[in-house]
Amino acid sequence: MPFDTLITALKLKFADLATSEFRDNRRLVVKPPQVFEVLQTLKDEHRFDMLFELTAADYLKYPKATDRFGVVYGLLSTTTGERVFVKTWLNEPELTLPSAFPLWRGADWMEREVYDMYGINFDGHPDLRRILMPEEFTSYPLRKDYPLRGRGERHNFPVITRAES
Amino acid sequence: MPLEALQTLPEGPEKDYLWTLNFGPQHPATHTTLRLILTLDGETVIKAVPDIGFLHSGFEKLGEDLDFNQYVTIVDRMNYISPIMNEIAWHHVVEKLMGIELTPRCKYIRTILGELARISDHLLAAGAQALDLGAFTAFLYGFQQREVIYDIYETISGQRFHPSYTRVGGLLFDVTEDFIRKVRTFVKEFPKTHADMCRLLNRNRIFLDRTQGIGVLSKELAIDLSCTGPIARASGVVRDLRKDEPYLAYGDLQNAFQVICASEGDCYARYTVRMEEMRESLKIIDAAIENLPAGPVNVDVEGKAVFPEQQAVYRSIESMIQHFELVMPNRQWTPPVEEVYGAIESPNGELGFYIVSDGTGVAYRARTRPPSFIHFATFPYLIEGHQISDVVAVLGSLSIIAAELDR
Amino acid sequence: MALTIPDVMLARLDPLANWVRSNSLWPMPFATACCGIELMATGASKHDIARFGAEVMRFSPRQCDLMIVAGRVVMKMLPVLQRIWLQMPEPKWCISMGACASSGGVFDTYAVVQGVDRFIPVDMYVPGCPPRPEQLIQAIIDLQAKIRATGTLQGTEFGKRTEHKGPLPMSLN
Repeated sequence: MPFDTLITALKLKFADLATSEFRDNRRLVVKPPQVFEVLQTLKDEHRFDMLFELTAADYLKYPKATDRFGVVYGLLSTTTGERVFVKTWLNEPELTLPSAFPLWRGADWMEREVYDMYGINFDGHPDLRRILMPEEFTSYPLRKDYPLRGRGERHNFPVITRAES
Repeated sequence: MPLEALQTLPEGPEKDYLWTLNFGPQHPATHTTLRLILTLDGETVIKAVPDIGFLHSGFEKLGEDLDFNQYVTIVDRMNYISPIMNEIAWHHVVEKLMGIELTPRCKYIRTILGELARISDHLLAAGAQALDLGAFTAFLYGFQQREVIYDIYETISGQRFHPSYTRVGGLLFDVTEDFIRKVRTFVKEFPKTHADMCRLLNRNRIFLDRTQGIGVLSKELAIDLSCTGPIARASGVVRDLRKDEPYLAYGDLQNAFQVICASEGDCYARYTVRMEEMRESLKIIDAAIENLPAGPVNVDVEGKAVFPEQQAVYRSIESMIQHFELVMPNRQWTPPVEEVYGAIESPNGELGFYIVSDGTGVAYRARTRPPSFIHFATFPYLIEGHQISDVVAVLGSLSIIAAELDR
Repeated sequence: MALTIPDVMLARLDPLANWVRSNSLWPMPFATACCGIELMATGASKHDIARFGAEVMRFSPRQCDLMIVAGRVVMKMLPVLQRIWLQMPEPKWCISMGACASSGGVFDTYAVVQGVDRFIPVDMYVPGCPPRPEQLIQAIIDLQAKIRATGTLQGTEFGKRTEHKGPLPMSLN
């Protein structure tokens, strides 16, 4: 389906839908409360049956950025091979999105990773825990205000010497 | 037992007979660093909870700190059984961001190297799958050919394991006659090893009994769980980026290869798809090396994306200025202020990068779409109801690479 | 000329024990990342670590006396590494294989431990990213020489080393 047709079809349902294109990436920009509904429409009515990517970015130091976090969903139709990206913006303190887990079970770990790295909550996720970092870790490492070399957590372990072991 | 029933295990006295077994993170069959918490009823696994992150090293954070050429040394270490594929994927996306069209020779060389990487990946994946089930010999046969591929990498770049060979808009060096000779020898000699491995495993009673019908992934589940690559193709999802979204030289070589699919979706199907894909890769290499175009490997220097030749840097002021501009952190490339997602077919599946660019030579955000991460999420669904000894069979068939899993 | 073997042989126990220990090192492959694949290559047929008596890779720390830390060790893995080190019986040695295990290598990030020698004792460092199999074999040969030169029957050489020899952890600020 050409992108224009898709946009026209979606605009009937979601009036304030913004779109953009770059190279072969086609993006729909939606408001956070609408995300679930848009994803559901794309899955059920437009045959985008695979969620191949779910990620986020912190736009704290991005030139001319107005919002803090962007969350990107990448959808793929395995029948036609088309891709479309759904993007939404989030700002502190309301870092909550509806979980896509009821639509795709593959969203499970990807949402946990976004939660782990950025602290964005997914409402309705069955098991939202840290996935890559240790449970006791308190920061969100991929946020731009977290330094590359950390805050010394990596050196915070007991030392075992030869005589003790 | 359906999954919903497993989410709510019986509480109280009814639960008493269940065992909890910790598996990993240091275990011979986990290859690297995976941890599973298995709930057992006798020897039957009724629930598996993977625990990952034992190799989380901050790849994506480093991608925000190093420039497009420097970061290639880091992505190398991501899927470390086919390093050059990561480099090709990374620079494929960077070039997509900047709108660079590669030269034909570079496309062909990258294709050959990528397919060599696919063979070496599948050799280790199939060999290790057999090793986990007790067949050591096939693994040794596979490693013998991996050494030959290492040797080819060493010929082109000087490093046998992590070549760091691609650059924005081209390659580190052009290949030599020696490379072409070695690849031709490999093409000639590899089928023998492949046949040996097939003879050792394909009709091996123990191997068949332990893989057929184990860990079945249905087509619907594969799509629902975002699987790609050999794992999805073994379940009947006919999708291969080399055919569907041709990149590099695959557009020219469409007739040289076929997409390998199976419909069973069990461990044996995944093994078969890998073994057959090696044959197809070999056909691609054969076609590409015989039709290797002449000409430069780097794009035109005028585009200000590639380093000029070293002799030119010493001899002309323009080249020296350009070299300087690409090296200085505050000059470098000027990509559009945009975001782009691009992907290639890596041995494990769709390896994509999502780059957010702020117009400098350093990515503002360098997200990896790691196939291993997504495939490991299928593990709890695959192992349900199987025996504890099948855990290693399923793990081996998924070919999980920890560095790509955790990044 | 026939080789005559005497009925009785006399030897000092220390060198005898060292000779036995050094030629039958059982490695515990603590393989986390890329170096683990080179460790597999060292064990495979082309390089064949068995020529140096160290091919018996045992994944149970109770059966090993040489730990090969191959690959980077991150925050979540370090407690596991320390626990496995403590589970290994004396006498035991440790090879830190590759740049990441020795110093953090290219991964100077929030999650990666900048050298395992900050937290466990290390006997031999192997440079390279990853080291070639030949380098690992050289490290094993060097370790054998070290065991022969310094080892004692009771392992008293370990007890003397009460000080932590590696670089100290950075202060937290």
